[in-house]
Amino acid sequence: MLLIRCPYCETERPEIEFKYAGEAHLKREPQTATDEEWTDFLFFRDNTRGEQAERWRHAVGCGRYFNALRDTVTDKFTVTYKAGEKRPGRVG
Amino acid sequence: MCATAPRALHWAEWPPRGPEGKPSLRYSLLSLFQQALTGHQGWPEQWRHPEPKAAYDVVIVGAGGHGLATAYYLAKEHGITNVAVIEKGWLGGGNTGRNTTVVRSNYLWEASEGIYGHAHRMWETLSEELNYNVMYSPRGYLMLAHSAHEVQNFKRHLYANRLAGIQNEWVTPEQAQEVCPILNIDRNARYPVHGGVLQRRGGTARHDAVAWGYARAASARGVDILQNCEVKAILRDASGAVTGVETTRGTIATKKMGVVVAGSTSHVMGMAGVRMPLESVTLQALVSEPLKPIMPVVCASNAVHAYMSQSDKGELVIGAGADSYNSYSQAGGLPVVQATLEAIIELFPILSRVKMLRNWGGIVDMTPDRSPILSKTPVPGLFVNCGWGTGGFKATPGSGHVFADLLATGEPNAIAAPFALDRFRTGALINEATAAAVVH
Repeated sequence: MLLIRCPYCETERPEIEFKYAGEAHLKREPQTATDEEWTDFLFFRDNTRGEQAERWRHAVGCGRYFNALRDTVTDKFTVTYKAGEKRPGRVG
Repeated sequence: MCATAPRALHWAEWPPRGPEGKPSLRYSLLSLFQQALTGHQGWPEQWRHPEPKAAYDVVIVGAGGHGLATAYYLAKEHGITNVAVIEKGWLGGGNTGRNTTVVRSNYLWEASEGIYGHAHRMWETLSEELNYNVMYSPRGYLMLAHSAHEVQNFKRHLYANRLAGIQNEWVTPEQAQEVCPILNIDRNARYPVHGGVLQRRGGTARHDAVAWGYARAASARGVDILQNCEVKAILRDASGAVTGVETTRGTIATKKMGVVVAGSTSHVMGMAGVRMPLESVTLQALVSEPLKPIMPVVCASNAVHAYMSQSDKGELVIGAGADSYNSYSQAGGLPVVQATLEAIIELFPILSRVKMLRNWGGIVDMTPDRSPILSKTPVPGLFVNCGWGTGGFKATPGSGHVFADLLATGEPNAIAAPFALDRFRTGALINEATAAAVVH
């Protein structure tokens, strides 16, 4: 069971309160994207083995989206941060 | 004794050696009998443990079922025997040894029926082909519908299957209970059974035996299986083409590489600068304590989300869901196990006091359309077979057979062509998101 800190509710809650929402900080530019860039946005992912920036939604809590840094090998969260904030630098 | 009769081998002469010093003992009633005479101490090793050569015609990364099958068919169908299968851990130790061993072919689209149907036909003769008992058991595969919507969707699948010549049939709740006596078809259940589809040719096979059988047969044809041999880098020349691979057991030169590493595909392909349309997540399974035979078919339910069969040892083999988040941990979350067991009790109330022995996780590589990728890549000499997601075991023989053809000829055959990497750019997706009996 993961314990995830919601940066809006400022509390750690069990993972069943949250929905995972994929890789964070993807750029969506449908007006200017080439076919390759659009393909990349829709389907291709880094699928990082190690520290990854990802989106979560506190679905049965405040309902808001936020971002997190988590190691995909250990499943350990380093930090969670609000949507719109920049990815924090490497921690540890 | 007649002078021309074959002399029984003295125990010290076991194992019998072929012309190249390779173990070459055909499994048969006769060899079983002969081995019994010497207390079964003389069985040869099933495959060789060679040192890596400096160069190979083809290097396959990943000694799971799909990788080993690829090597076997490269040797058998295409005469390419200077092949190495390199493996980070031990052969069959990844998803091949972690899946729930289901074999079936009732997918929706023609392209899927092509590859899964091909594999399903190969299962029927695989034990004879490999001279190895893979314990293929076509005991029937039952998918339950719990709502009017599911009834419509399943019938759509069923009619598509019939058009493609894939056997599948509709069963009423009572007929479903006939093939699966412990199934709860009470009308007052929270999710009552409205009927289901039954693929009688579906069933299970012994997953470890599939890996071992392909390994033994490939090794006997000259394929080198190199375990504890992790890829560290993919070497390329100035034009970008593959020239070799750097491993924990040294550098190996090759102009052709096939990557067959399931959950680790993005990681390995990243070494050649190729980004993949994949996400790796943990898929869990669990087994119960051994019971007397009570479960004669494989039974799956999407609505309550669980599926179950019974192994020959008597353990109930239960497929759980996937965790929602990307992970390489091979250890999933407990909420998934809890939800799965709640579903199992809903379907089979008789099991409510059965204890679970163990649970485990494997890392599955999910594509956006839930169909596999068998493809050339932008890097010359680099080929990939991945994206089987939560249901790759059933495809093992067909996947290896078709991928060997792609590696040997450099071009995909009619079965492989729809599963090319560029379908995500052209939009020719093969959406099988609802074909899994349980949606992940």
